[in-house]
Parts: sequence; C-alpha cells; structure tokens
Amino acid sequence: MNTLLQRLYFCLIGLFLSLPIIVVAGVSVNEKQTLAFPPQGFSLGWYGEIFANVEWRNALFASITLAALSAAVALLIALPLAWFLWRRDAPWASIFQLLGIAPFTLPPVITALGLLTFWATTGFYGQPATAVISHAIFFVTLPLVTLSLGFSSIDRSLVEAAATMGADDRTIFRTVVLPLILPYLISGYAFAFVLSLNEYIVAYMTIGFTMETLPIKIFNALRYGYTPTMASVTILFVAIAAVIFGLVARFGDLPKLLGAMSSRD
Amino acid sequence: MRREAPQKLSDYGPLVFPAGMLIVFFVVPFATMIAVSFFKRDPAGFYSADFVFDNYARFLSLFFGKVLGFSLFLAIAVAICCVVLAVPFTYLLSRAGRRAQVLWLVALLSVLSLSEVIIGFAWSTLFSRTAGITNILAALGILKEAVALNPSFGAVLTAMVYQALPYTVLVLYPALVRLDPTLTEAARTLGASPVKAFFTVVVPALRNTIVATLIMVFIFALGSYLLPQILGRPQHWTLSVLITDQAIYQSNMPFAAAMAVFLVLVTLGLVALTVYAGRKGEAA
Repeated sequence: MNTLLQRLYFCLIGLFLSLPIIVVAGVSVNEKQTLAFPPQGFSLGWYGEIFANVEWRNALFASITLAALSAAVALLIALPLAWFLWRRDAPWASIFQLLGIAPFTLPPVITALGLLTFWATTGFYGQPATAVISHAIFFVTLPLVTLSLGFSSIDRSLVEAAATMGADDRTIFRTVVLPLILPYLISGYAFAFVLSLNEYIVAYMTIGFTMETLPIKIFNALRYGYTPTMASVTILFVAIAAVIFGLVARFGDLPKLLGAMSSRD
Repeated sequence: MRREAPQKLSDYGPLVFPAGMLIVFFVVPFATMIAVSFFKRDPAGFYSADFVFDNYARFLSLFFGKVLGFSLFLAIAVAICCVVLAVPFTYLLSRAGRRAQVLWLVALLSVLSLSEVIIGFAWSTLFSRTAGITNILAALGILKEAVALNPSFGAVLTAMVYQALPYTVLVLYPALVRLDPTLTEAARTLGASPVKAFFTVVVPALRNTIVATLIMVFIFALGSYLLPQILGRPQHWTLSVLITDQAIYQSNMPFAAAMAVFLVLVTLGLVALTVYAGRKGEAA
C-alpha cells in the first residue's frame, strides 16, 4: 500500500514535469501551421525548418557558439582558481570563490543590468564578444563548484608522493591532478554549456539587439504570433540537455556531483 | 601535499587571470551599476554623472510598492508550493535505488536547464484553448468546452513552480541523501507508520535545511522575469520585469539601476538570513 502511494506520487511529479514537454512535442509534429493538440497529421517538417530557415539556423548557430565559447572561458577562470584554493593556504583568496558564486546566486536581472551598464559605459555594447564574457561570468559558478568538489576528492598523499620524487608543481598538475579532475572538468563544462544555451536575460541585455540567440528568437517569435518551429526548437533543446546530462551520468558519478556522499552506494 | 602559504610572487600566478576577470567583469560592473543609480537621466543621451537620490525616491511610490509587494508575495507562494511538493519527493528519491536516482536526476537537470522562454511557451500552449489541457477535460465530459486558462495568476504560479521545482529538489537532495537512515528505522521499530515517521522524525531533523531551502527558492523565484510577462496580466509583473523595461525600453538606466540595487539589498538580507539559519542548525 505504502509503495503504491509512493509510486503514485512519483508518477504525479513525473507527469507534472513532462506534461509541457509532451504537449509541445505533440504540437511540433503537427502537419499544419496551427497550434493544435493532439496533433493533426504527422510531419517532421518543422524540425527541418530549424536548419532550412536562415533566421532559425543563424539563431541556433549563435546559441551554440556562445555556449561553447562562454563555457570554455568559464572553465579558464574556474580551473586556476580552484587549483590555487586547493594548493595554497591563503584564506583571503576564497573571496574570489565568493565572487565566482555571487553572479549566479543573485537574481539574474541584476548581473544582466550590471553588465549592460558596464558595456554601455565602456563603449563595447552590442559586440558579440561581450555576450561570451557576460555568460562566462554568469556561469563560472558551475565549473567552480564541480572543480572544488573534484579537488577536495583528491588524495593529497598521491601528490605528496609525486613531489617527493622531485616533480614540480607544473608536472604534478599535468600528470597527477589533471587526470583525476578531468571528469569534474568535463561536467563543469557541460553544465555551463547547457545553461548558457538556454539563458535569456543576460544574453538579451548584452547583445539582444545585434544578435539573436535561440531563446531570444523564440521570445520574439512568441510576441508576434505562433510558429510551429518554436515547438520543434524546444524539443531539440530538451533533447540536447537530456543527452548531455545522460552522458555526464553515464561516465561520471552524478549523485556525487550533486552533493551526495559516495560512501552510501 | 599540505597546503602551503604562497612564498614567491610566482605562486600567485594561477590567481591572476581568474581574479582579473572577476574583478573587471563582475566587481567593476556592479560598482558601475551602483554609481549609475545615483546619476541623472539624460534624455538626449544615456545618463549624466551626478549624485542624486531621485531614483530611489521615485520608487517610494504606491505603484512600485505594489509591484515589490506582489513580487515578494509571488516568490513566497512559489517557495512554499515547491518545498511542500519537493520535501517528500526528495526524501523518497534519496531512498530509491541508484538507477532510479540517476534517471530522475538527469530528468530534473534537463527541466532545470530549460529556458524561461521555453517554459513560458510550453505552459502557454498547455493553458491555451486550442491545444491545452481543457481539451482533455472537455473530451472527458468534465467541461462543456475547452477554455483558455491564461493570462491568470494561477498560470504564472504553475509555471513558476514548474521552473523552481527541479531547483528545489536539487537543493534538498544532498541533505536528504546524507540523512542518517537509522533515524527512521528506529521510529519504525517503535511502531510509527512511515508517514508518521516522516513527519515526526525526518521533518524536524531537517527543519533548518527546509528553512534555508525556502529562502533559496524564494530568491530563485524573485529572479523570474519572462513567465509573468508571458502568462500573466500587467498586474502580475514583477520587479525584474520593471527593471528591464526601464533599462531597455524607457532608456532610464539610473532608475533601473536604483531598483536593481534595492533588489540586491533584499536578496542579500535573505542570504544573511539563510546563513544565520544554517549556523543555528549546526549549533543545534
């Protein structure tokens, strides 16, 4: 009886989480250009439209480029910082960890507005590079958290052994530390990539008028009426996120990455 | 290897790039925003440097008071709904098998990463007359005919709970996974039903975690920007919407900045409260 109740509860939550996706998936295979569910006819044409229509294709390309570059910059900020905090005893340096987490903790409109005033004041407003840096700063929290977790899981005696054998910091980092934190590095990148792909307000306020990312394109399309391509893009993005997190789970320890202790397994 | 204090100047090497980036692109913009909030709006250009309190004074009006009040009320409602739904769910999830846990975590992360635009679009479809859930109710004969459920407060609330629920579960997850299972086993051995054990043992043991989660979800919901616009009426717009509106469409950066600074102060106050609740939890 009790497990039945439990299953029912899981099903209800699952239904709540998947209902919008199911309906949008249904709408996305509609044959005609109308908003209808259950779908009338079946067509994958709206998926082709993402690549065939130059506007949607550009937006898709802009989003993927932005996500790939900004996640890379976020990693370049997070990795040396996490390494320094783990390697060196300098308590004041953790202020930078706090600075790395702050943009993600505050309501996003604040980071977005701060960056907008900054880019406008310095005269860089509207250039694509500003969006890359803005997203990198906004999402640096994710690799920072996974990498801090990764470093804390390293057995220091391993590094000690390497040092005793005469390896310098650089060699230790390359041969011992890097292989051990590689999964955390990859998952940190994956998290930042997926969230950047879907981010709206920071991108909108930094480059919204000169470049359209997919979320911006969807929102603009939403204002001027409905097009089924919105539904197919939505499903494409859910699928990308699910595949990336699925891969992280397949090759890494997802419960541990999300804060569970591994000893329970 | 023990952590050593930096000795040579070159030991600081790894810190240069991260510190530089965070200072130039986070601290400086933040400071710029605070400075701009005291500037004067320049109708011809952008703004002119000044030191006035007009921007702050301006939102001490009934209109902005109402917007702020509504934003806070909406965020509180979302936080309560999410925590009530997520605590039992996360508890059951943390007791489930590893495979099931991983599957749910992937699903939750996927929903969490969904753009607010996409969530707004999905729910506006679900609440629409032509493709919405009321069609199902009509087909079942519960309703006479399909109706549109948005724009409405309920639509905004539902979509925001949808957006924040995965976040809530992931915030609760570490604490619940680490909760000592012998606690509930003891209660069960003494004859408590699972539901009773949950409410008399698990919930009190997690009181501080729950309070901290409520505050974190509240802050998360406070940042919601598109859902009130897509699914609500103008009276359902939040402070985030007004900030963006002032900054982009009214070109009144000083006023937008003043509102943002105010929002930061509210948020920081709540973060301080979270830390305080956490400290008390450790002491108890």
